[in-house]
Amino acid sequence: MYKVVKEIRPEEVEMKKTFADTMEEMAAKDDAVVYFDCDVINSIGMVGFGEKYPDRCIDCGIQEANMIGVAAGASAVGLKPFTHTFGPFAARRVIDQVYISAAYAKLNVRMIGSDAGVTASYNGGTHMPIEDMGLMRTIPEVTLLEPTDSVMLADLMRQTKDMYGVFYIRITRKVVDKVFEDGSTFEIGKAVELRDGSDVTLITSGYCTTDTIKAAEILAKEGISAKVLNMFTWKPLDVEAIVAAAQKTGAIVTVENHNVINGLGSAVAEVVGEHCPVPMKRIGVQDRFGEVGSIDYLKGIFGMTVEDIVAAAKETIKRK
Amino acid sequence: MKKSLKEMNIFAAQIRKAALRAMNAFHGGHVGGSMSMSDLMAALYGEVMKVDPKNPQWEERDWLVVSKGHCGPAVYGTLALMGYFPEDELDTLNKEGTRLPSHCDRNRTPGIDMTTGSLGQGVSAAVGIAWGMQYQKKPNYVYTILGDGECDEGQVWEAALFAATKKLGHLIGFVDYNKKQLDGYTKDICDLGDLRQKFEDFGWHSQEVDGHDIPAIVAAIEEAKKVADKPSMIVLNTIKGKDCCFADTFYNHFVRFPEEDYEAAIKELDAKIAKLESEG
Repeated sequence: MYKVVKEIRPEEVEMKKTFADTMEEMAAKDDAVVYFDCDVINSIGMVGFGEKYPDRCIDCGIQEANMIGVAAGASAVGLKPFTHTFGPFAARRVIDQVYISAAYAKLNVRMIGSDAGVTASYNGGTHMPIEDMGLMRTIPEVTLLEPTDSVMLADLMRQTKDMYGVFYIRITRKVVDKVFEDGSTFEIGKAVELRDGSDVTLITSGYCTTDTIKAAEILAKEGISAKVLNMFTWKPLDVEAIVAAAQKTGAIVTVENHNVINGLGSAVAEVVGEHCPVPMKRIGVQDRFGEVGSIDYLKGIFGMTVEDIVAAAKETIKRK
Repeated sequence: MKKSLKEMNIFAAQIRKAALRAMNAFHGGHVGGSMSMSDLMAALYGEVMKVDPKNPQWEERDWLVVSKGHCGPAVYGTLALMGYFPEDELDTLNKEGTRLPSHCDRNRTPGIDMTTGSLGQGVSAAVGIAWGMQYQKKPNYVYTILGDGECDEGQVWEAALFAATKKLGHLIGFVDYNKKQLDGYTKDICDLGDLRQKFEDFGWHSQEVDGHDIPAIVAAIEEAKKVADKPSMIVLNTIKGKDCCFADTFYNHFVRFPEEDYEAAIKELDAKIAKLESEG
């Protein structure tokens, strides 16, 4: 069960602190929890974890392909590996290893890719993952998660620890907004309704969640009732929730911190197109590369601002 | 060795026959590499590895990751002869719904410990298995077989660095150094040079032996087991297509062959077995 906070504010700690704290909590309870990283342990705040659990905090060095293979192998003997590196390397550099050694081999690996989309900011185009979820989405049986805040991240980490399969969890290392009350829990594969509405549905996840809620609030002031779904599970997608929303509101706008090609918008469009065609618009990176800049600058050039979402909602409603 | 040299050489010839039987079901397969690794398979399953064919998932077993996963037929032949599944099942290779796909699959075939086929990946998995069991303080050994062409893959060398750093003493690898890959000679395509030296430079205990000399392979494995703080690599000098009369060709990586060729190869292998048996 989850509860949305009354007022959305930035969290007190960076998301990476929650990641590291949750890893420690899980490792303390379960010897099978092992951690692999590719020379960015310091960047993700896991130095303390490494000091506490040196025998299972494994710095592989800068060799992502081997890390995924090693994690897959370790899971074959009953361990529960978590891997981490920056998103582009967690996806692009290892796609065949994830495909064959983890997913096709039906092994048990949880992969964390950090610095989702625009949050890579001044690391620029080489380090800005706007395709990671799309690449992973084409691999059968991989579960794709994009947690919204620290409460959700910790809950999903705890759940996946004791689930079996291949998981890709897309996070940011930075401070994000607190959307959910402490103690909230989530059901993987089920959308979270943040707001009900009848004129249009806004579907989002991760870093875009706050902007989407803000857009819904602006629309409400103008007399437009927007339903907001947080689709933190990109795969398996909550088809039922999408169809119900399409039927009820007759218009859908997706908002994602990712390329609109093969991203959340694509996934939602596939469902809408097959089950309940309604006008749609996809907000996100419009098939272009990333570049250096502040998060606000990047949201601006990618057309992902609150104003862009509001405009897209109005335009989509008009096309009903 | 617990078994006689004669018994081991007969077992290797039987593995070649069984591998060819499997490939004959498809009238083709990765003949060259399956033949070159058959003596190693005889050494591993006939002498070295702790396994229980009736209980393929036995916790105390030694593991084998055949990183050169395209040579499934040599592995299936061995597993069938060991009793993991009926020998008749070899005739189902690549048939729809088979438990014996062209490339090794841990979810389909009893006795296959890891899914392989995308080169360079099996060795990482073997390293992960060995690391996992070292972490769990388990005594099992992990064996892995690489192709020489496979050593073109950067991932092999990533895995090599990792395994040495983690001091994986219970990991023993082999390179089936038959000097050829799909398109031709390794030295012309991507020259591997002194492979034994390369693995030594990467921090492995490294040996080089004749890959068709079973006692030499077994002795090298015994030597490797004495080294507790390093992974071991045993580079096997082999002949691609060894002991298969129709595979003595330039392009012998994947070979399509008619029934007559198969029968001729089996006849030669039977003659070899008969000769070995008559030697007393």
